[in-house]
Amino acid sequence: MAAFDKEVILESGIPVSPFYGPEALAGIDLANDVGRPGEFPFTRGIHPLMYRARPWTMRQYAGFGTPHETNERFKFLIANGQNALNVAFDLPTQMGLDSDDPLAEGEVGRVGMAVDSLADLEVAFAGVPLENISVSLTINAVAAPLMAMFFVVAEQHGVPLAQVRGTAQNDILKEYIGRGAWIFPVEHGLRLIGDTVEFCARHAPKYYPVSVCGYHLRESGANPVQEIAYAFCIARAYIADALRRGLAVDDFAERLSFNFDIFGNLFEQVAKFRAARRLWARLLRDEFGARQPGSLQMKMIAGGGGGGLTIEQPENNIVRGAYYALISALSGAQTMALCSYDEAYTIPSEKAARLSLRTMQILMEEMGLCDTVDPLGGSYYVEWLTSEMERRIVAEMRRVDGEMGGIVQAVRSGAVQREVAHQAWQYEQGLQTGAIPKVGVNRYRQEEEPPAVDLHDYRPEQAEESIRRLRAVRAGQNPGAVSAALAQVREAAVNGQNVMPAMLQAVRAYATLGEITRTLKSVFGVFQEPVRL
Amino acid sequence: MTKPIRVLIAKPGLDGHDRGAKVVALALRAAGFEVIYTGLHQTVEQIIEAAEQEDVDVVGLSVLSGAHLLIARRLMEGLRAAGLDDKLVLFGGNIPARDVAALEAAGVQGVFPTGSRFEAIADFIRQRAGTPSRLTARSE
Repeated sequence: MAAFDKEVILESGIPVSPFYGPEALAGIDLANDVGRPGEFPFTRGIHPLMYRARPWTMRQYAGFGTPHETNERFKFLIANGQNALNVAFDLPTQMGLDSDDPLAEGEVGRVGMAVDSLADLEVAFAGVPLENISVSLTINAVAAPLMAMFFVVAEQHGVPLAQVRGTAQNDILKEYIGRGAWIFPVEHGLRLIGDTVEFCARHAPKYYPVSVCGYHLRESGANPVQEIAYAFCIARAYIADALRRGLAVDDFAERLSFNFDIFGNLFEQVAKFRAARRLWARLLRDEFGARQPGSLQMKMIAGGGGGGLTIEQPENNIVRGAYYALISALSGAQTMALCSYDEAYTIPSEKAARLSLRTMQILMEEMGLCDTVDPLGGSYYVEWLTSEMERRIVAEMRRVDGEMGGIVQAVRSGAVQREVAHQAWQYEQGLQTGAIPKVGVNRYRQEEEPPAVDLHDYRPEQAEESIRRLRAVRAGQNPGAVSAALAQVREAAVNGQNVMPAMLQAVRAYATLGEITRTLKSVFGVFQEPVRL
Repeated sequence: MTKPIRVLIAKPGLDGHDRGAKVVALALRAAGFEVIYTGLHQTVEQIIEAAEQEDVDVVGLSVLSGAHLLIARRLMEGLRAAGLDDKLVLFGGNIPARDVAALEAAGVQGVFPTGSRFEAIADFIRQRAGTPSRLTARSE
């Protein structure tokens, strides 16, 4: 064997040779492991024609300030060719606090839209054609009330529950590992997910109630293998909960989707997604006995990768975004959302958001990415790497089950959080020593940094407006109806009944998010974070 | 024997992005400091209480949501009121250059935005919190 002048080891720990030939495919059964797109195990894509028939949807993450401002940004994105929405909520909303809560001070409308009640979502979606535009809600701990609000708004737009489309992020287990917008103890967090999955399976069959997020695990430090492994362990926990409720796996598995990260080595990411599709199909068939093709197909949103963007030389992020879009397309993503180039600093400007859209549109219209399915399929390197990634993902999942007592226990004890934090530390050391190259950071630094991007101005008046709107809603409430609805939420929470019917009633009565969350907290309590470094 | 410098790393407010806080905590621990990490969702009052109970020399806060100015003003006010204004206070996270002066004016001694080098943080702490007079005064 020729001497290598340089050892190459991928982030997932996989050593890479300078050349791969046919021998790399030994051990890979091309017919059964790779197969054809649209057929089990879906390594090459979940649809036979993929982007020829269904180009990826474009769904930039957006939302800030008041519902009025967010509504304007939604309309701007739609006018520029975006065909789905991805709603950002501010931190008080994510934590179930009303805008006038003392703990919300300084955060109202800052990193997303402030929502206190149904009245706010009504404004946010005014004039948005919900029958054509699918909406994704980036909400987790309080997904149940926000989904209920969205269902009522859809109904006002003439879209009944049985027809409503869209997605809620609603992945609480990953919040305990990364992102940190948790409220309730793990078992109650899980139970709320189960309530939404069950409710949607029975009443809103076109709605995707959960988007399992490897994304935030990776952003918190997980390597690409851990990203998929932990996300799959989490998805399994949700499936197990739904099965305990008497649902059949094919009643709901089709409506589970994934949100994955894209930054890092191009081939490693493409192989990661191909491996994940194959593994998901086998897992669902062999472990859970799923039979419907929809249950076996791993559907995903990809394209984001904030962890790969840099504050230094921010315009380099435009180029990174283009490569991330390319990786997503080569990976067969159903939906794409890019991080805008100014996102390392601020809420994206209109200009930056439009540039992200144009990046995807150029890729789709000019570069031939939609012409043929899985164009890297069959490459000696990519097929070998796909199998290698799959093998390591399986091993990592076994480690979670074996050494950490399963993902739910691992989250409770903080074992998985610790694992991810140490991985992040190792990565950061690599960046600081230059062992992990990063242009503008540890390579090609510029002494004179180019001018920073325009910063989104946070206007405290937005918060005052949100509080005024909230107080008007409270003044207009029928107190009897609100307390009756909240009593039902409480009763369902105590008795282990599905909370969604009571939740719908509460939001229809314009109960505030803070009122609903306090009711749930009084039953569930709050999560005690296991702090282990 | 000199006592090792004790550092409290805290995550104030609602922001749950703790990668930076944990990474800095691990790096400072590896650099020989005694590090206490609070975990998420701490109020300013809880952070001040932890600083007092743990008898730390340094209080480092990580904020990524953009609410750093408000939090810094609250914290400094609270530390003064509790008679803890001898603590060395550091801020890290997503902090734009334009806000550094305002943080310093509020009494924050060191600002280390995303991407700051571990040695820079450690050296700053050693120089400012680890002055010989201070450690002698506190040694057994």
